[in-house]
Amino acid sequence: MGKRDYSLLGPDALRAVETGLAAAEWYHTEVPRKVMKELMQRRDGPALRDTALLFGTMIVCAGLGWALWPSLWALPFWAVYGVLYGSAMDSRWHECSHGTAFKTPWMNNALYQVASFCMIRNPVTWRWSHARHHTDTVIVGRDPEIAVMRPPVFFKVIANFFGIFDAITGWGRMLRNASGRLDAEERTFIPDSEQPKVIRVARIWLLIYAATIALAVWMGSILPLMAIGLPRLYGAWHHVMTGLLQHGGLADNVNDHRLNSRTVYMNPVSRFIYWNMNYHVEHHMFPMVPYHALPKLHDLIKHDLPAPNRSIAAGFAEMWPALRRQLANEDYFVRRDLPLGARPYRDDFHAAALGTAAE
Amino acid sequence: MPQWIAACATDDIDEEDVIRFDHGAQTFAIYHSPEGEFFATAGRCTHEDVHLCDGLVMGHLIECPKHNGQFDYRTGAAKRAPVCEALRTYPVKVESGQVFVQVAE
Repeated sequence: MGKRDYSLLGPDALRAVETGLAAAEWYHTEVPRKVMKELMQRRDGPALRDTALLFGTMIVCAGLGWALWPSLWALPFWAVYGVLYGSAMDSRWHECSHGTAFKTPWMNNALYQVASFCMIRNPVTWRWSHARHHTDTVIVGRDPEIAVMRPPVFFKVIANFFGIFDAITGWGRMLRNASGRLDAEERTFIPDSEQPKVIRVARIWLLIYAATIALAVWMGSILPLMAIGLPRLYGAWHHVMTGLLQHGGLADNVNDHRLNSRTVYMNPVSRFIYWNMNYHVEHHMFPMVPYHALPKLHDLIKHDLPAPNRSIAAGFAEMWPALRRQLANEDYFVRRDLPLGARPYRDDFHAAALGTAAE
Repeated sequence: MPQWIAACATDDIDEEDVIRFDHGAQTFAIYHSPEGEFFATAGRCTHEDVHLCDGLVMGHLIECPKHNGQFDYRTGAAKRAPVCEALRTYPVKVESGQVFVQVAE
């Protein structure tokens, strides 16, 4: 395929529509309707428990970090607070955008708004961009959420462990939206009727940041910014680490999530922060299954999926060398074997994309 | 002329569930509400053409399996982004244990 153009308005976007790659029907493992209905059921309990634990820990850590400042003893508390703000909020934003975290809609919406603010992702814009990500997962020119484009720009990837590009882009968009403008790409996936909401949210956020900065100046201290804004930088590393594994080094331009998404077994702390999105093939195949039911779904369909990576380190050991090879060969990707008895990949359908997979 | 077409038996659909019904080139979603009533809408989501029969019925809402957009299947009204456009609804009647949908031929 060669050089890729990731613009949503470029030639690859047009080609994806012309060839039927865009808005295509995706492969999914067969699951009996009764079982799937059970898996899709919403519950408030798990998310209430997790949200109480999340905000409770954040309040305690911010309080101790504030009280112990400027002693070095404050740093571990800010480190924990930062990860919960700059990483756990990524998965809360994500799950609530699907409306699957809670059974009660206002609870989903409330957490979605808070998490969107923390991640500097306009809740209106990103609801639509994430819908496109699910329609056209890693389809070049269609998916606005491809984390590592080919060839990978490692400087950018590494800088994003500290939120550098994502946060600056987020704040830039906030300022542009607050001034009453949307860019051309945003207009491709946000309906006209929703665009005023984008601007309204950006203006509210701007006021919050202005108040935080004013408080910091008044106090002559960085502490207000340690609590609001900066954690998006110093606490971003965990969500970037887990997020890169979702699709990094795998196929693009295919219609089978087994080829372009990765399930990774993770430790319980990372799974709490990431809200079980380590079951990423399962999530993309069945986005209506809430995070708390994904382990059960995984057990049910793993016979039809490539073997999961056994740990975050194992995931990186597979992904990182593939990204490095993509520097020289943009078409290179990791193709995982399917277990015996799984329904095979449709190589005929994906011939163009599967030409240069790893053996 | 609109015609009444037999879509399914009443016990083909669990309460608070949905099934797919195809007629000619058209595809429909038939719903069984928690109150025991039956409803019919267009079978595909107005957002991305996904079959609603794989979605989740919650009370009087059908949620699209792809992007979690929601409709009130009694009226077709769009209830949750990313769906904005209402779903077409069709008259339904139940006779002798059969669910009939009124379809424009």
